[in-house]
Amino acid sequence: MTAADRPVMIEAEGLTRRYGDAVVVDHLSLRVRAGELVVLLGGSGSGKTTTLKMINRLIEPTAGLVSLDGVDTADLPPHELRRRIGYVFQRIGLFPHMTVGENVAVTPVLLGWAPERIAARVDELLALVELDPEMRERHPQELSGGQQQRVGVARALASEPRVMLLDEPFGALDPVTRERLQQSFLRIRAALDLTTVFVTHDMTEALTLADRIGVMHDGRLLQVGTPSDLLTRPADRYVRRLMDTPRRQAAVIDALAGAATAEAGA
Amino acid sequence: MSELLALLPGYLTAHLQLTLLALLLSIGVSVPLGIAATRLVWLEQPSLALAGVIQTVPSLALLAVMVPVLAALDLQSIGFLPAIVGLTLYGVLPVLRNTVIGIRGVDPALTEAARGVGMTPRQQLLMVELPLAMPVVVGGVRTATVWVVGIATLSTPVGATSLGNYIFSGLQTRNYASVIVGCIAAAGLAMLLDGLVRAIEVGLARRRRGRLVAALAAVVLLYGYAGATLAAPLLGDRERPIVIGTKSFTEQYVLGAVITGWIEHETSRPTSLLQSLGSLVAFDALDAGEIDVYVDYTGTLWANEMGRGDVRAGRAETLRGVREFLEVDHGMTLAATLGFENTYALAVRAADAERLDLRTIGDLVPHAPRLAIGADVEFFARPEWPAVRDTYGLDFREQRAMDASLMYQAAATNEVDVISAYTTDGRIAAYDLRVLEDDRGAIPPYDAILLAGARLAREAPDVLDALARLGGAIDADRMRALNLRVDERGEDPGTVGASLVRELAGRAPAAHRNAPPTRPGAP
Ligand SMILES: Nc1ncnc2c1ncn2[C@@H]1O[C@H](COP(=O)(O)OP(=O)(O)O)[C@@H](O)[C@H]1O
Ligand SMILES: [Mg+2]
Repeated sequence: MTAADRPVMIEAEGLTRRYGDAVVVDHLSLRVRAGELVVLLGGSGSGKTTTLKMINRLIEPTAGLVSLDGVDTADLPPHELRRRIGYVFQRIGLFPHMTVGENVAVTPVLLGWAPERIAARVDELLALVELDPEMRERHPQELSGGQQQRVGVARALASEPRVMLLDEPFGALDPVTRERLQQSFLRIRAALDLTTVFVTHDMTEALTLADRIGVMHDGRLLQVGTPSDLLTRPADRYVRRLMDTPRRQAAVIDALAGAATAEAGA
Repeated sequence: MSELLALLPGYLTAHLQLTLLALLLSIGVSVPLGIAATRLVWLEQPSLALAGVIQTVPSLALLAVMVPVLAALDLQSIGFLPAIVGLTLYGVLPVLRNTVIGIRGVDPALTEAARGVGMTPRQQLLMVELPLAMPVVVGGVRTATVWVVGIATLSTPVGATSLGNYIFSGLQTRNYASVIVGCIAAAGLAMLLDGLVRAIEVGLARRRRGRLVAALAAVVLLYGYAGATLAAPLLGDRERPIVIGTKSFTEQYVLGAVITGWIEHETSRPTSLLQSLGSLVAFDALDAGEIDVYVDYTGTLWANEMGRGDVRAGRAETLRGVREFLEVDHGMTLAATLGFENTYALAVRAADAERLDLRTIGDLVPHAPRLAIGADVEFFARPEWPAVRDTYGLDFREQRAMDASLMYQAAATNEVDVISAYTTDGRIAAYDLRVLEDDRGAIPPYDAILLAGARLAREAPDVLDALARLGGAIDADRMRALNLRVDERGEDPGTVGASLVRELAGRAPAAHRNAPPTRPGAP
């Protein structure tokens, strides 16, 4: 079965958010199919975070609607909706007064799972995000940034959501750690068949992860397509310029590498 | 010293009751109010502002103000309740402010994360905001604890027993050991309670189970003890004792002991003594039925309670007016006039009296511009002061108000030259002062009288009769001698009062011993 055959899991229709006169997200429509990973890509202030938060109603839309697996999210109590959607925050947001284990267990506790089931789930998740089981008793402050974000991902996955929203989750990490976490995440989402909206401003990250990329600028979704669609058929000047950046960077790297070989050969 | 320490269990228990209950109420009011203030924007400023205003009211005044406020609400206005209400109000600000600051201080990224993982607003508060705000809230509780323990010593003048009884009576009777015992006990209690709250805080923050459990157990025990001792008198339905009130100066302490001993001797009824009431609180306490008997002075009632500005009325006229006021307007009984006056008088150092040949107030006039007068806080605001000043044409270099207990000392050490002494005060002799004669009768009469509340006339006429037998029993010389024993020789006012009771009882056989035996067949 190809991705295109699968049902639509997240559907946003005319999604709009205003603050006073400022239109921060402007009539955004987007469909994400089950198991698909869509990256929202755009510069800082383009409205990515606001869009993501409107999906799980951390921010209420001014207009438009979101449906999840065919159900209008406005019809669900917000806390129940959020327990069904994993959310990884830009600033991680682990609770400092709880241990790693308690942080991971928080949503299952809210859902009233039995303690044995929660304990087993925490073990499973720590293994999944490649953390040492003995981290369980530690407090978040005692962990490195990379480890903290692994805990953040584990917490978001705890209640076995089918949908994950991630807001620049690896933005603050060094490039090596970031790449390792990207690979971990790709493995996890394939294993769990997650439907994912992933926000980033990093072109390389978008190209690495995305099934499809949505380019945002000034609150509008300019174009949605596969990485190769965007590279070969950019819909407007902004998208073209954006897609040119990796090429320009590659050229710089090639030039430097060429100079280095030339030097070595001389 | 052993007499002082014998009082410690009672005072400490009463102090603990006040402090613990007031703190519990403060926390019970402030934490929910603080939480509400962080939820309802309109509530935050007014609640913090109100708590701040309460805090700026001097603590003694805050407690004293509760007396008329509660009386107007028809609630117990003397004793435990006004003290509890005042102390609770005082404890509110630190806890309220820290609750608001603590919750507001939680990183918004964490409250958003709380929503993001699916918490309801209530779960967000209980699982994230309150735990994270807890160290700040507990800091507020510690501040409140130390304040309330300290301020509870000021409950004494509104009629609630506390460690302040040591301090107030000690200051008045120059028993500095008593003052020091009171201060040390209060400081020790403050440190103990603060330490317990701190142990709970550390136990929570560092998850030290053992320490947390031990501290919580200690707190529960203390509350249990305070609760049990508070409830005990309510459960046993013993006969309500006759309550004798006193104001806070030596003579009143001595007379309190005299009346208590006399009633017990003459009627065998149980009594209890409520000491160190504020000067104006005592009358309200009698009016409200919180006490049954106390001693006041005709001139004081004339000016303060009856609001009469004419201080030149004669002794008999004043007494008649006061009696009518008490019996007609308030349903009280003027049970007896004790036989002495304790009036204001101007006094100077004996050496100055010799040197300047001072005998009457009039003799002061030419020297006044070089002299400073000191008086208790009340005196300069009373009608007596302008009456004396204008009758004689006195114009002092300086006038200084101070606590009555410090006034005599101030004269003896040349801080001031003239003071508004009380004529029966033993300290006049103790500090070698001379009273100047009021030969022009500017100062009104201050006959000491026994006031009895409506309840005695209704329920205990035998007590009224016994009190009446004290009429004329104490003349001014005798009163001065009794006061002197306390002020100069450092005897306990209770002991001094008891010795007078023995003397009076020896003179007139007790009434009830002459009564026929009530048990048939008794010899
Ligand atoms: N609460 C708010 N009030 C007013 N403006 C806001 C608010 N939140 C976000 N904005 C504005 O909306 C725009 C988009 O914000 P955001 O969605 O966070 O962008 P991105 O995540 O793409 O950087 C920004 O210009 C930001 O300043
Ligand atoms: Mg953002």
